Amino acid sequence: MLGDNRDMKIIAVCGMGIGTSVLLKMNAEKVLRQLEIEASVDATNVAVARESRDAQIILTTPDLVDQLKGLPSEVISIEHFFDLEEITEKLSAALL
Amino acid sequence: MALPKPLTNLSALADAFGSNSIRVGAIALDREHAIAMAGELLVASGRATPEYTESMLEAVAANGPYIVIAPGIALAHGRPSEAVLEIGLSLVTLAQPVVFGNQANDPVRLVLGLCALDHDSHIEVMAGLAALLADQDAVNSLLNSVTIDEIRSLLENAG
Repeated sequence: MLGDNRDMKIIAVCGMGIGTSVLLKMNAEKVLRQLEIEASVDATNVAVARESRDAQIILTTPDLVDQLKGLPSEVISIEHFFDLEEITEKLSAALL
Repeated sequence: MALPKPLTNLSALADAFGSNSIRVGAIALDREHAIAMAGELLVASGRATPEYTESMLEAVAANGPYIVIAPGIALAHGRPSEAVLEIGLSLVTLAQPVVFGNQANDPVRLVLGLCALDHDSHIEVMAGLAALLADQDAVNSLLNSVTIDEIRSLLENAG
């Protein structure tokens, strides 16, 4: 449990912050709507994410998990970005 | 770029593919070759300079094969820079699947190249792309297309 969902901040991370992370953000937003969870999802690159301290959850790809270790955020890795079931399952496990 | 009225996601998607941005049944020797072809199409369609192709290759070398975003599909891109002239997408279907080193989603049969001017002006294009790639039938049709015209019509009509 992560407490008050209204202030939930999630970041979607890829190497550059323009491609993969944007797709991940869109699919995560879709899933959050279905789960009726209010949260903001921002797409960003791995360098910016490493400096961030205020995200509860970081969504990223298995390749980048190691680069995001040691942050206060929970890091969730998504293998198939268009598999809404995978995203739903992993976000539910973290949020509900 | 100011537009008179908002475009739908899918026309924004089709517009992101300039002329000469699509190649069908290409033979790529390896991952770098496949990514370079997607980059060359962004250059050929006037959306980026050759330096951008270099940055696409550097990105995959630095950050790994995460660009294989779904089974068989890679989204190759660099970062916004002066090498980007305009938002653009390119598409290469591969005659022979190529291993990118992504355990979950290898081998790759479809490589998309992407260039963007900044972090958010291409959101509409990405929404169209997300809708297209989430549609497995459309993806299969893309993979099985043998002409550029077939791919064009999928990009214009899918969703």
